[in-house]
Amino acid sequence: MDPPTDTTISIRCSFFARYAEVVGCDHVTLDVPTGTTVGTAVALLRGVVLNGDRLPDRPMVAVNQEHALADTKLRDGDEMALLPPLAGG
Amino acid sequence: MKWLFCRRWPGASVAFLVNEPIAIAELVRRVSDPEHGGTATFMGTVRRGPDDGPVAAIEYTAYEEMAESEFSKIMEQTLERWPGARVALQHRLGRIPTGEASVAVVVSTPHRAQAFAACRYVVEELKQRVPIWKKEVLEGGETRWSGNRDSGQDVT
Repeated sequence: MDPPTDTTISIRCSFFARYAEVVGCDHVTLDVPTGTTVGTAVALLRGVVLNGDRLPDRPMVAVNQEHALADTKLRDGDEMALLPPLAGG
Repeated sequence: MKWLFCRRWPGASVAFLVNEPIAIAELVRRVSDPEHGGTATFMGTVRRGPDDGPVAAIEYTAYEEMAESEFSKIMEQTLERWPGARVALQHRLGRIPTGEASVAVVVSTPHRAQAFAACRYVVEELKQRVPIWKKEVLEGGETRWSGNRDSGQDVT
Protein backbone atom coordinates (compact mmCIF):
# COMPACT_ATOMS: atom_id res chain seq x y z
CA MET A 1 0.00 0.00 0.00
CA ASP A 2 1.13 3.62 -0.61
CA PRO A 3 2.26 5.57 2.45
CA PRO A 4 -0.40 7.81 4.01
CA THR A 5 -0.74 11.34 2.63
CA ASP A 6 -2.65 14.31 3.98
CA THR A 7 -5.81 12.92 2.45
CA THR A 8 -5.40 9.38 3.75
CA ILE A 9 -4.76 7.93 7.18
CA SER A 10 -3.25 4.62 8.13
CA ILE A 11 -4.97 2.45 10.73
CA ARG A 12 -3.93 -0.83 12.28
CA CYS A 13 -6.77 -3.35 12.30
CA SER A 14 -6.53 -6.22 14.81
CA PHE A 15 -8.41 -9.49 14.87
CA PHE A 16 -8.94 -11.69 17.89
CA ALA A 17 -10.09 -15.22 18.67
CA ARG A 18 -12.48 -16.58 16.05
CA TYR A 19 -12.10 -13.56 13.78
CA ALA A 20 -8.31 -14.06 13.64
CA GLU A 21 -8.88 -17.68 12.61
CA VAL A 22 -11.35 -16.68 9.91
CA VAL A 23 -9.12 -14.06 8.27
CA GLY A 24 -5.92 -16.01 8.90
CA CYS A 25 -3.93 -13.23 10.60
CA ASP A 26 -4.02 -11.08 13.70
CA HIS A 27 -3.64 -7.65 12.14
CA VAL A 28 -3.45 -5.72 8.88
CA THR A 29 -2.67 -2.10 8.08
CA LEU A 30 -5.37 -0.24 6.15
CA ASP A 31 -5.06 3.14 4.44
CA VAL A 32 -8.38 4.97 4.32
CA PRO A 33 -9.51 8.51 3.46
CA THR A 34 -9.26 11.13 6.21
CA GLY A 35 -12.55 11.30 8.11
CA THR A 36 -13.35 7.61 7.67
CA THR A 37 -15.62 6.21 10.39
CA VAL A 38 -15.40 2.83 12.09
CA GLY A 39 -18.41 1.60 10.11
CA THR A 40 -16.86 2.56 6.77
CA ALA A 41 -13.49 1.09 7.72
CA VAL A 42 -15.14 -2.20 8.67
CA ALA A 43 -16.89 -2.28 5.29
CA LEU A 44 -13.58 -1.63 3.50
CA LEU A 45 -11.84 -4.26 5.60
CA ARG A 46 -14.47 -6.88 4.77
CA GLY A 47 -13.68 -6.28 1.12
CA VAL A 48 -9.92 -6.74 1.35
CA VAL A 49 -9.08 -9.40 3.94
CA LEU A 50 -9.27 -13.15 3.38
CA ASN A 51 -12.82 -14.39 4.09
CA GLY A 52 -13.79 -10.81 4.93
CA ASP A 53 -17.37 -11.48 3.84
CA ARG A 54 -17.68 -13.95 6.72
CA LEU A 55 -17.06 -11.20 9.26
CA PRO A 56 -20.26 -9.55 10.53
CA ASP A 57 -21.04 -6.17 8.97
CA ARG A 58 -21.49 -4.53 12.39
CA PRO A 59 -19.07 -6.27 14.76
CA MET A 60 -18.20 -5.01 18.23
CA VAL A 61 -15.23 -2.66 17.71
CA ALA A 62 -12.65 -1.03 19.96
CA VAL A 63 -10.51 1.94 18.93
CA ASN A 64 -7.29 2.38 20.90
CA GLN A 65 -8.58 -0.14 23.46
CA GLU A 66 -11.89 1.65 24.09
CA HIS A 67 -15.28 0.37 22.94
CA ALA A 68 -16.33 2.44 19.91
CA LEU A 69 -19.47 3.02 17.86
CA ALA A 70 -19.86 2.74 14.08
CA ASP A 71 -19.88 6.53 13.67
CA THR A 72 -16.59 7.04 15.58
CA LYS A 73 -14.14 8.91 13.33
CA LEU A 74 -10.71 7.36 12.92
CA ARG A 75 -7.40 9.22 13.12
CA ASP A 76 -4.01 8.38 11.65
CA GLY A 77 -2.30 5.66 13.66
CA ASP A 78 -5.44 4.42 15.41
CA GLU A 79 -5.73 0.77 16.35
CA MET A 80 -9.15 -0.59 15.42
CA ALA A 81 -9.85 -4.01 16.94
CA LEU A 82 -12.70 -6.26 15.80
CA LEU A 83 -14.02 -8.11 18.83
CA PRO A 84 -15.93 -11.39 18.46
CA PRO A 85 -18.86 -11.94 20.87
CA LEU A 86 -17.36 -11.62 24.34
CA ALA A 87 -17.13 -14.69 26.52
CA GLY A 88 -15.43 -13.66 29.74
CA GLY A 89 -16.49 -15.00 33.11
CA MET B 1 1.60 -11.79 34.05
CA LYS B 2 0.74 -8.10 34.21
CA TRP B 3 0.53 -6.01 37.37
CA LEU B 4 -1.55 -2.89 37.65
CA PHE B 5 -1.19 -0.43 40.45
CA CYS B 6 -4.38 1.35 41.38
CA ARG B 7 -3.99 4.72 43.03
CA ARG B 8 -7.14 4.17 45.06
CA TRP B 9 -5.54 1.41 47.06
CA PRO B 10 -2.25 2.71 48.33
CA GLY B 11 0.24 -0.09 48.55
CA ALA B 12 -2.02 -2.70 46.95
CA SER B 13 -1.00 -4.41 43.72
CA VAL B 14 -3.62 -6.09 41.59
CA ALA B 15 -3.17 -8.63 38.81
CA PHE B 16 -6.44 -8.91 36.93
CA LEU B 17 -5.29 -11.51 34.39
CA VAL B 18 -3.43 -14.57 35.63
CA ASN B 19 -2.21 -17.76 34.02
CA GLU B 20 -2.28 -19.93 37.12
CA PRO B 21 -5.15 -21.23 39.32
CA ILE B 22 -6.96 -18.44 41.14
CA ALA B 23 -6.00 -18.19 44.82
CA ILE B 24 -9.36 -17.19 46.26
CA ALA B 25 -8.10 -17.00 49.86
CA GLU B 26 -5.56 -14.41 48.78
CA LEU B 27 -8.34 -12.30 47.21
CA VAL B 28 -10.43 -12.57 50.38
CA ARG B 29 -7.42 -11.51 52.42
CA ARG B 30 -6.91 -8.55 50.12
CA VAL B 31 -10.39 -7.09 50.82
CA SER B 32 -10.34 -7.83 54.52
CA ASP B 33 -11.14 -4.75 56.60
CA PRO B 34 -11.91 -4.54 60.32
CA GLU B 35 -14.78 -2.14 59.58
CA HIS B 36 -16.35 -4.35 56.92
CA GLY B 37 -18.85 -6.94 58.12
CA GLY B 38 -19.91 -8.34 54.73
CA THR B 39 -17.73 -10.10 52.17
CA ALA B 40 -19.35 -11.48 49.00
CA THR B 41 -17.40 -13.93 46.87
CA PHE B 42 -18.34 -14.98 43.36
CA MET B 43 -16.48 -17.73 41.53
CA GLY B 44 -17.20 -18.65 37.94
CA THR B 45 -16.11 -22.21 37.17
CA VAL B 46 -15.65 -24.05 33.91
CA ARG B 47 -18.58 -26.39 33.51
CA ARG B 48 -20.04 -28.99 31.22
CA GLY B 49 -23.64 -27.90 30.59
CA PRO B 50 -26.43 -30.40 29.81
CA ASP B 51 -26.25 -29.65 26.07
CA ASP B 52 -22.53 -28.98 25.79
CA GLY B 53 -21.29 -32.48 25.08
CA PRO B 54 -18.03 -33.86 26.48
CA VAL B 55 -16.33 -30.56 27.39
CA ALA B 56 -12.98 -31.35 29.05
CA ALA B 57 -11.62 -27.82 29.40
CA ILE B 58 -12.00 -24.27 28.16
CA GLU B 59 -9.20 -22.22 26.68
CA TYR B 60 -9.45 -18.52 27.52
CA THR B 61 -7.69 -15.81 25.52
CA ALA B 62 -7.91 -12.03 25.80
CA TYR B 63 -7.07 -8.74 24.17
CA GLU B 64 -4.89 -8.32 27.21
CA GLU B 65 -4.08 -4.61 27.20
CA MET B 66 -7.71 -3.66 26.69
CA ALA B 67 -8.94 -6.25 29.21
CA GLU B 68 -6.65 -4.79 31.89
CA SER B 69 -7.94 -1.31 31.06
CA GLU B 70 -11.60 -2.41 31.17
CA PHE B 71 -11.08 -4.17 34.50
CA SER B 72 -9.57 -0.96 35.91
CA LYS B 73 -12.55 1.05 34.73
CA ILE B 74 -15.00 -1.44 36.24
CA MET B 75 -13.12 -1.20 39.54
CA GLU B 76 -13.25 2.59 39.47
CA GLN B 77 -16.96 2.64 38.62
CA THR B 78 -17.69 0.15 41.39
CA LEU B 79 -15.88 2.37 43.90
CA GLU B 80 -17.85 5.38 42.66
CA ARG B 81 -21.13 3.54 43.25
CA TRP B 82 -20.08 1.94 46.53
CA PRO B 83 -17.54 4.31 48.09
CA GLY B 84 -15.28 2.57 50.54
CA ALA B 85 -15.96 -0.92 49.16
CA ARG B 86 -12.91 -3.12 48.74
CA VAL B 87 -12.83 -5.17 45.56
CA ALA B 88 -10.50 -7.89 44.33
CA LEU B 89 -10.85 -9.69 41.04
CA GLN B 90 -8.92 -12.13 38.91
CA HIS B 91 -9.63 -13.75 35.57
CA ARG B 92 -7.59 -16.76 34.55
CA LEU B 93 -6.40 -17.30 30.96
CA GLY B 94 -5.13 -20.40 29.20
CA ARG B 95 -6.54 -23.93 29.38
CA ILE B 96 -8.78 -24.44 32.42
CA PRO B 97 -10.18 -27.92 33.19
CA THR B 98 -13.87 -28.31 34.09
CA GLY B 99 -14.48 -27.67 37.77
CA GLU B 100 -11.74 -25.06 38.13
CA ALA B 101 -12.38 -21.31 38.48
CA SER B 102 -12.04 -19.01 35.48
CA VAL B 103 -12.98 -15.87 37.39
CA ALA B 104 -13.34 -14.71 40.98
CA VAL B 105 -14.75 -11.46 42.34
CA VAL B 106 -14.57 -10.64 46.04
CA VAL B 107 -16.11 -7.51 47.57
CA SER B 108 -16.20 -6.36 51.17
CA THR B 109 -18.39 -3.54 52.52
CA PRO B 110 -19.68 -2.55 55.98
CA HIS B 111 -22.94 -4.52 55.47
CA ARG B 112 -23.94 -7.52 53.33
CA ALA B 113 -26.46 -5.82 51.01
CA GLN B 114 -23.83 -3.58 49.40
CA ALA B 115 -21.35 -6.45 49.18
CA PHE B 116 -23.81 -8.66 47.27
CA ALA B 117 -24.88 -5.78 44.99
CA ALA B 118 -21.36 -4.59 44.21
CA CYS B 119 -20.11 -8.13 43.58
CA ARG B 120 -22.92 -8.77 41.13
CA TYR B 121 -22.31 -5.43 39.41
CA VAL B 122 -18.65 -6.33 38.79
CA VAL B 123 -19.55 -9.76 37.36
CA GLU B 124 -22.27 -8.41 35.03
CA GLU B 125 -20.06 -5.57 33.80
CA LEU B 126 -17.11 -7.82 33.06
CA LYS B 127 -19.25 -10.16 30.99
CA GLN B 128 -20.47 -7.25 28.86
CA ARG B 129 -17.28 -5.26 28.44
CA VAL B 130 -14.04 -7.16 28.92
CA PRO B 131 -12.55 -8.62 25.72
CA ILE B 132 -12.04 -12.24 26.69
CA TRP B 133 -12.93 -15.27 24.57
CA LYS B 134 -13.32 -18.95 25.20
CA LYS B 135 -12.87 -22.04 23.15
CA GLU B 136 -14.30 -25.30 24.42
CA VAL B 137 -11.97 -28.30 24.27
CA LEU B 138 -13.88 -31.56 23.93
CA GLU B 139 -12.66 -34.88 25.30
CA GLY B 140 -11.60 -36.01 21.81
CA GLY B 141 -9.43 -32.91 21.44
CA GLU B 142 -11.84 -31.10 19.08
CA THR B 143 -12.36 -27.40 19.83
CA ARG B 144 -15.17 -24.89 19.31
CA TRP B 145 -15.60 -21.19 20.10
CA SER B 146 -18.40 -20.14 22.41
CA GLY B 147 -19.77 -16.73 23.37
CA ASN B 148 -21.94 -15.05 25.99
CA ARG B 149 -25.49 -14.51 24.85
CA ASP B 150 -26.39 -11.26 23.04
CA SER B 151 -22.82 -10.01 23.06
CA GLY B 152 -22.50 -9.06 19.41
CA GLN B 153 -22.51 -10.42 15.89
CA ASP B 154 -20.52 -13.48 14.98
CA VAL B 155 -19.01 -14.92 11.83
CA THR B 156 -21.27 -16.50 9.26
